[in-house]
Amino acid sequence: MSTGNMNLTLKVWRQKNSQTAGKFVTYKAEGISEDMSFLEMLDVVNESLTKKNDEPIYFDHDCREGICGSCSLYINGHPHGPKKAITTCQLHMRTFSDGETITIEPWRSAAFPVIKDLGTDRSAFDRIQQAGGFISVNTGGAQDANAILIPKVVADEAFNSATCIGCGACVAACKNASAMLFVSAKITQLGLLPQGQPERYSRVQAMVAQMDEEGFGNCTNTGACEAECPKEITLTNIARMNNDFFSAKLFREEHAHDHTGGE
Amino acid sequence: MSEFKQTFNSSLGKKLIMALTGLFLCTFLIVHLGGNLLLFKHDQGFAFNSYANFLTHFPPIEVIAYILYISIIVHAVYALVLTLKNRSARPVGYAVQPKSDASWSSKNMGLLGSILLLFIVIHMSDFWFSYKYDNVLKFKEYRTDLATNVTTVGEYVPQVADFERSISTENNVEIVRVKDIHARVQESFSKLWYVAFYVIAIAAVAFHLLHGFQSAFRTLGWVHRKYQPIVYFFGTWFFGVIIPIGFALMPIYYFYLSLNK
Repeated sequence: MSTGNMNLTLKVWRQKNSQTAGKFVTYKAEGISEDMSFLEMLDVVNESLTKKNDEPIYFDHDCREGICGSCSLYINGHPHGPKKAITTCQLHMRTFSDGETITIEPWRSAAFPVIKDLGTDRSAFDRIQQAGGFISVNTGGAQDANAILIPKVVADEAFNSATCIGCGACVAACKNASAMLFVSAKITQLGLLPQGQPERYSRVQAMVAQMDEEGFGNCTNTGACEAECPKEITLTNIARMNNDFFSAKLFREEHAHDHTGGE
Repeated sequence: MSEFKQTFNSSLGKKLIMALTGLFLCTFLIVHLGGNLLLFKHDQGFAFNSYANFLTHFPPIEVIAYILYISIIVHAVYALVLTLKNRSARPVGYAVQPKSDASWSSKNMGLLGSILLLFIVIHMSDFWFSYKYDNVLKFKEYRTDLATNVTTVGEYVPQVADFERSISTENNVEIVRVKDIHARVQESFSKLWYVAFYVIAIAAVAFHLLHGFQSAFRTLGWVHRKYQPIVYFFGTWFFGVIIPIGFALMPIYYFYLSLNK
């Protein structure tokens, strides 16, 4: 097994906090194993920075197995790096070649202000979820799973949408910094299933209103989000959201604030 | 804000307006191309001039024409509003431009649309405005012998200042006197730079619709695994290829005719 055989140049966005201007700083990453993940490579760089009494590079990370949605690096023009359907923590250094220069930037969106260096405040997504991304039920004993029949294609579609980890790569990839892939995945996940039906038309109005409030851009159906999504959420969800939204606004009685659990 | 206003001020509401006006403009292209195919008829502009005369004097067409002008303006204004909003959604850009998979036309709709708007302004001032408001166009007189069905053509100089058109029958000869917009077509398309400008603008239409047609369906929420392939096929081959080729052939054909005069 080959270890410690890569030397890289990193151009990293450094920014003290949301109030100050940031700039790129160049670092050498030496003796990097190609078996390391991208975050482990940054750990090595940070260790050497700490030893030199320099401020380590701040980046978001948590589970490091592609399911939490914390890691969020824009690497060489791609959210989560150049490989398809993975998060930054699942990206391995063998993707890069020895001597390469790697540019690392934070997600760029007015709705995701930079907290520090490569970390952004993505609480806009939380607020969209809180506006309607749930179902209001009285919990109790779980009913029999077969009591509500759901066609397999529908269940699959709902599940595919539910795999969205809310990392924000769709916003980062979109030329308009639109959050519509995320919002539509959340709407689809609940709207396709029977349990989500009662609040379907108030939910879509509430979540779209919150999305607009947060200052995200508008979808132009380029498909960049779908191409970069680590969970391969499809663009079809956006069309489904549009359909539900126009149905709600033009043909249904529900208002956005009719959402029972939202208050 | 009323619910109705709220709907159309929302991000999706603005996109709905873009999609509806865009699709309306697409349907207009079909009619425009269909009518203009009369330019390929070898009758010294009889059919084309009669058609132009019909368009400008038939009230329902006038009404649709004004809906069309409004659609163009609304489509352009909303495009500008949405683009500015999208710009402000990313105040700090990337150092490395996004390399995400997305078609060239989908990323350049604003550029393509701007070329089209410039084209529409020039195109309408050269043809539509000249026809309706500028008294520079001459008149032609087409005499058709109803017995033999042979048409002869000649210049006509109006006797009254505000002459528009006339159709009459004398001695079994039908006399049609109309504005000669066909001569303007011949004259315009004899200039190479003008033909080149038209071909570039038509190419912009092709790329704009290659993305725009199917994108409008997505915005309206009309995506379905069973009919989406039809939308793609129609958007690509009909609006992206056949319609633009049809339009491009007109200036090219008239330029070719002018060379052989």
